[in-house]
Amino acid sequence: ICFLQVIWDIIGNKQFCSFKVKTKSQNFCRNEYSITGVCNRSSCPLANSQYATIREEKGQCFLYMKEIERAAFPARMWEKVRKLSKNYEKALEQIDENLIYWPRFLRHKCKQRFTKITQYLIRMRKLVLKRQRKLVPLSRKVESREKRKEEKALIAAQLDNAIEKELLERLKQGTYGDIYNFPVYAFDKALEQQDAESESDAEEEEEEDDEDVGQREFVAEDEVEESDLSDFEDMNKLKTSSDEEEQDESSEEEEEEEVQASRSKGKSPANGSLVRKKRAYVEIEYEQETESASRRRTT
Amino acid sequence: HEQRGESDDQSWRTPMKDLKMEEESSGVEKLEPGTTFPPTFSVSEIKNKQRRHQMFMKLKQEKRKQKMQLKKKRRKEREALGDKAPPKEVPKTIENQRVFDETTVDPEDEEIAFDEGTDEFSAYFNGLTNPKVLITTSDRPRGRVVKFCEQLATVIPNAHVYYRRGLALKRIIPQCIARDFTYLIVINQDRQTPNGLVLCHLPDGPTAHFKVSSVRLQKELKRRGKAPTEHSPEVILNNFSTRLGHTIGRLFAALFPQNPQFVGRQVATFHNQRDFIFFRFHRYIFKNEKKVGIQELGPRFTLKLRSLQKGTFDSKYGEFEWVLKRHEMDACRRKFQL
Repeated sequence: ICFLQVIWDIIGNKQFCSFKVKTKSQNFCRNEYSITGVCNRSSCPLANSQYATIREEKGQCFLYMKEIERAAFPARMWEKVRKLSKNYEKALEQIDENLIYWPRFLRHKCKQRFTKITQYLIRMRKLVLKRQRKLVPLSRKVESREKRKEEKALIAAQLDNAIEKELLERLKQGTYGDIYNFPVYAFDKALEQQDAESESDAEEEEEEDDEDVGQREFVAEDEVEESDLSDFEDMNKLKTSSDEEEQDESSEEEEEEEVQASRSKGKSPANGSLVRKKRAYVEIEYEQETESASRRRTT
Repeated sequence: HEQRGESDDQSWRTPMKDLKMEEESSGVEKLEPGTTFPPTFSVSEIKNKQRRHQMFMKLKQEKRKQKMQLKKKRRKEREALGDKAPPKEVPKTIENQRVFDETTVDPEDEEIAFDEGTDEFSAYFNGLTNPKVLITTSDRPRGRVVKFCEQLATVIPNAHVYYRRGLALKRIIPQCIARDFTYLIVINQDRQTPNGLVLCHLPDGPTAHFKVSSVRLQKELKRRGKAPTEHSPEVILNNFSTRLGHTIGRLFAALFPQNPQFVGRQVATFHNQRDFIFFRFHRYIFKNEKKVGIQELGPRFTLKLRSLQKGTFDSKYGEFEWVLKRHEMDACRRKFQL
């Protein structure tokens, strides 16, 4: 009996072949010398004494041939022929030349395989020229660290206040020209008057600290500067959405109040906004008398 | 404030030490504050966890008490002095403690003024060119990126959105220059959200590569106003203090037309804080001389500069003016680049 037939009997269907990969529909051959990847009687390199393959290394194709005469010498079994020509047609001719008088099946399959290989080599070369997507790995630690820093920077930035300040400064400097006409002189006068009164008011306000401290909610944990006071006041205004025209505040005033009345940071904003709220209902001349009236109203 | 003695030198006296410990532990609560202990003692050397914990708590209480006493004393002094009290100490913030950067721009520096007069933005700042912006994405934009691009286009006047469709940037750039674009913005995406921004000033301008984070689209903003109108907004650039910061600031400023239309009352803000640039878009209204109300329209996002390149976009052969090197630059918490 032909020993190759025996080999195929064993590894083909009945027993184990280490190169065989079984899937639902088909069996594949993982042998590197296999010409088609399918596990067939005619394309099994182990079960055929005369066999040829095309293999590709680093862009160059080689023709490997196996002959019966060398079956006893495994080290010399596969004969390697170098495909000298990069030219597709010449290479096909070379295959034909080498595999002359070989069975048609092998010749055909070799040429097919060679064609496929050249095609994918061409595609690889083209892809390299196109834009390649570079994957940049993210380090989790770094990302979370940056995220935390960003949050803290956001809190420290106090964006709304910064923007408002900037806009007010631009208004002061007159970059807006004549679009907005606010009565500047009356405002300045009122400013000076209030400056004079703020010192006398400061002592009265201190008594109210304890009542109102608990009622305020503070947005930022860090130091509450006078810009935050304007923030609170703005929120009040936005919520109530009432236009109170005689809202004469100045930043200097608030500073003075703070310095005089401040014992601890937590109390001063309550102080400041309290004062302002009182001022809302009060006209300038009658400041001292109606203080008590507005106090009753707010508390 | 050491209350129990157990120094290193006596470790060879192990059996004796145990006895000592027990004696002292029984009387731990009744110890007088006057007992002294070898100064090399520290709470962490006690091996027993419960006792160590107790000692630590005691230590903390002592410290707290002393702190309160100190505070009270200071308050009393302050009250006593009244007007003559020393001014309140300003707490240390990172901004206060910032390491002095030698490239900080002095407003009157002539060299810088000269540089800025002749750099790539001078054409814009002299009013010669009008900004025209091309916004595009990386391949196959998905989801939020598309919306982000559209919203950016509404915020920046004279901006056009084009889809990439696999074109190479290096080939787009000459086409853009031919059509008089001054800016190219490429938004990179990662899992359907934008995470990178390449801002390229076109006729040979610098290219800046940013990392984009916390993107909020217009829909996601609370208390939002109506859509931004076509008026050119004003620009606010905050805290760009160093040379590098200045360059980046000018980069942003040149995105918008030179003459803002105050009728529109819109303002775009780029606020730099600790090397993060926060972008906000608001509509403002002056209620009176001293109050302004702002309402947020438009998307918001934060940028962090990753690299600045001299010429137009060329990642391989470009001349990088500045690259974020994490080990050098992020090592110190108080050192910032912008």
